[in-house]
Amino acid sequence: MTVIATESLSKRFPRVTALDRLSVDVGPGVTGLVGANGAGKSTLIKILLGLSPATEGRAQVLGLDVATEGGAIRERVGYMPEHDCLPPDVSATEFVVHMARMSGLPPAAARERTADTLRHVGLYEERYRPIGGYSTGMKQRVKLAQALVHDPQLVFLDEPTNGLDPVGRDEMLGLIRRIHTDFGISVLVTSHLLGELERTCDHVVVIDGGKLLRSSSTTDFTQTTTTLAIEVTDTDEHPDGTGALRDVLHARGIETHDGSGLPGAGHILLLTAEGEETYDLVRDVVADLGLGLVRMEQRRHHIAEVFKDSDDQRARDEQMTGDDQRKEAVGHGG
Amino acid sequence: MAVEHSLTQPGEQTRIHNIGYRNYDGPRLGRAYARRSLYSQSLRGAYGLGRSVKSKVLPMLLFVVMCVPALIMVAVAVATKAKDLPVDYTRYAIIMQAVIGLYVASQGPQSVSRDLRFKTVPLYFSRPIETVDYVRAKYAALASALFILTAAPLIVLYVGALLAKLDFADQTKGFGQGLVSVALLSLLFAGIGLVISAVTPRRGFGIAAVIAALTISYGAVSTVQAIAFDQSSTGAVPWLGLFSPITLIDGVQTAFLGATSAFPGGEGPSSGQGVVYLLVVLGLIAGCYGLLMRRYRKVGL
Repeated sequence: MTVIATESLSKRFPRVTALDRLSVDVGPGVTGLVGANGAGKSTLIKILLGLSPATEGRAQVLGLDVATEGGAIRERVGYMPEHDCLPPDVSATEFVVHMARMSGLPPAAARERTADTLRHVGLYEERYRPIGGYSTGMKQRVKLAQALVHDPQLVFLDEPTNGLDPVGRDEMLGLIRRIHTDFGISVLVTSHLLGELERTCDHVVVIDGGKLLRSSSTTDFTQTTTTLAIEVTDTDEHPDGTGALRDVLHARGIETHDGSGLPGAGHILLLTAEGEETYDLVRDVVADLGLGLVRMEQRRHHIAEVFKDSDDQRARDEQMTGDDQRKEAVGHGG
Repeated sequence: MAVEHSLTQPGEQTRIHNIGYRNYDGPRLGRAYARRSLYSQSLRGAYGLGRSVKSKVLPMLLFVVMCVPALIMVAVAVATKAKDLPVDYTRYAIIMQAVIGLYVASQGPQSVSRDLRFKTVPLYFSRPIETVDYVRAKYAALASALFILTAAPLIVLYVGALLAKLDFADQTKGFGQGLVSVALLSLLFAGIGLVISAVTPRRGFGIAAVIAALTISYGAVSTVQAIAFDQSSTGAVPWLGLFSPITLIDGVQTAFLGATSAFPGGEGPSSGQGVVYLLVVLGLIAGCYGLLMRRYRKVGL
């Protein structure tokens, strides 16, 4: 089943190309939409809500065409905007009830769903107080509640962790995860912070300059290879423990690199673990050399590296084709 | 989080509130219902209902101020056994125009500037409703609120007139004409108030601009009318009345609704000029609606 499908979707403004022939399929679950500011994330959401016509191409949300069935889409979809959108002089309950009715829920159902939803997002007694006195975290919860109150099949969350402290961020990410696992609602969440999505999403779509860079599941992103970071002590016998370990591992045919550029570089040895036997080998070698093993930890590939890879890839492409126009299109954004 | 917390302690007695997520499979009433909901919420909001106590004070106060003179007139008419009410139904709104102006100036910006300022408008458009629904609901709500404000004292007058046993047919006709007049006035004032308020997200600017637009136009028109009347160019007086909202209403009701004009010397428009008045009023209402549509087409997400 496909929740969102776009087919060479383009959006051009007089001076800027916000989306450039974007074709992507998104299935159920939590999907991250990653891109730098101006990459076209918000433009894409606007088109998917049927609020802004695409210049060319087609898109479907929940099997409905965005160009002709915008109203039906918006009835089944929730939207949490990036910016502040809450009037300060009404209570959360009153506001969310109103938004539920704006989604077509009858008055009694709107009140019941509001109470339920506010509880699920973690707002209790404070929901009767005016929103003006809420903390940023509470406001984000109200914004999330209004997107969920009509029990949509899909929600668009635009930068939901913006402005939150680390604890609030973790809580919000946990909540986003539960929207799918507990509530059964598919999620499209945008962020420019990649680490967040790595933990929360099943699938990540990376766009830049309105173009699709990559679309694959997060496990593909992060678990194709495991990098091990190893740190050892120096001994009298081996004044440079790290160097000694590196030499032995090289002799055993294992490539290492010193992780230059990373914190603690020089003392840390990075190598690619092929499987269980690599761990055993490292342990044995360290023991034979009589070194102290300070750490041996998995370094997950960061989604950031995807960006780096594709940037490199693109740079190579451009060199080969010498296509200046393309560079220009990438430089701008929506 | 408390919900998760109670999940981890299934034995806890206070767990009854945790019933997990429930899906909604009841009816979804769609776009027309959403528009009606926005209308009723905005209408209630125009009298501060569903908002803080502070925001109830001004509209309620103005409502009372609007009705008290009618009550006094009725009391006087009943007590003195007068043959007619001291003021025509059609005249009442003209006399109380300052109160009506204040109400439009306070509630117009309240209705639309808040949504713009706090960026709630994009949230509405992420719902089934569209620009046209938003504009119609807001316009209808403010016009209805104004109609309630201007028709309530007329009802007081009418009930009082019947209690004073004044001529029923005569009073009913006057009351009916008064209602038509204030309905037109409500539409016109709501349109002007909303167009001005929708320009700025700042409520204070909106209030000042609406008051300025209403009082300056009226002040200028009545002054020039007075000068024209003094200079014995009485023919110019009715034409000058086309340039302020309240004199427009005065002109229309003088021409068509049996009212006595409040223009200098009672020089109201003839029925020929009255048609021009009516066309200008209707044109302004349509124009305000068109401008609002244009304004909100740009306020997307």
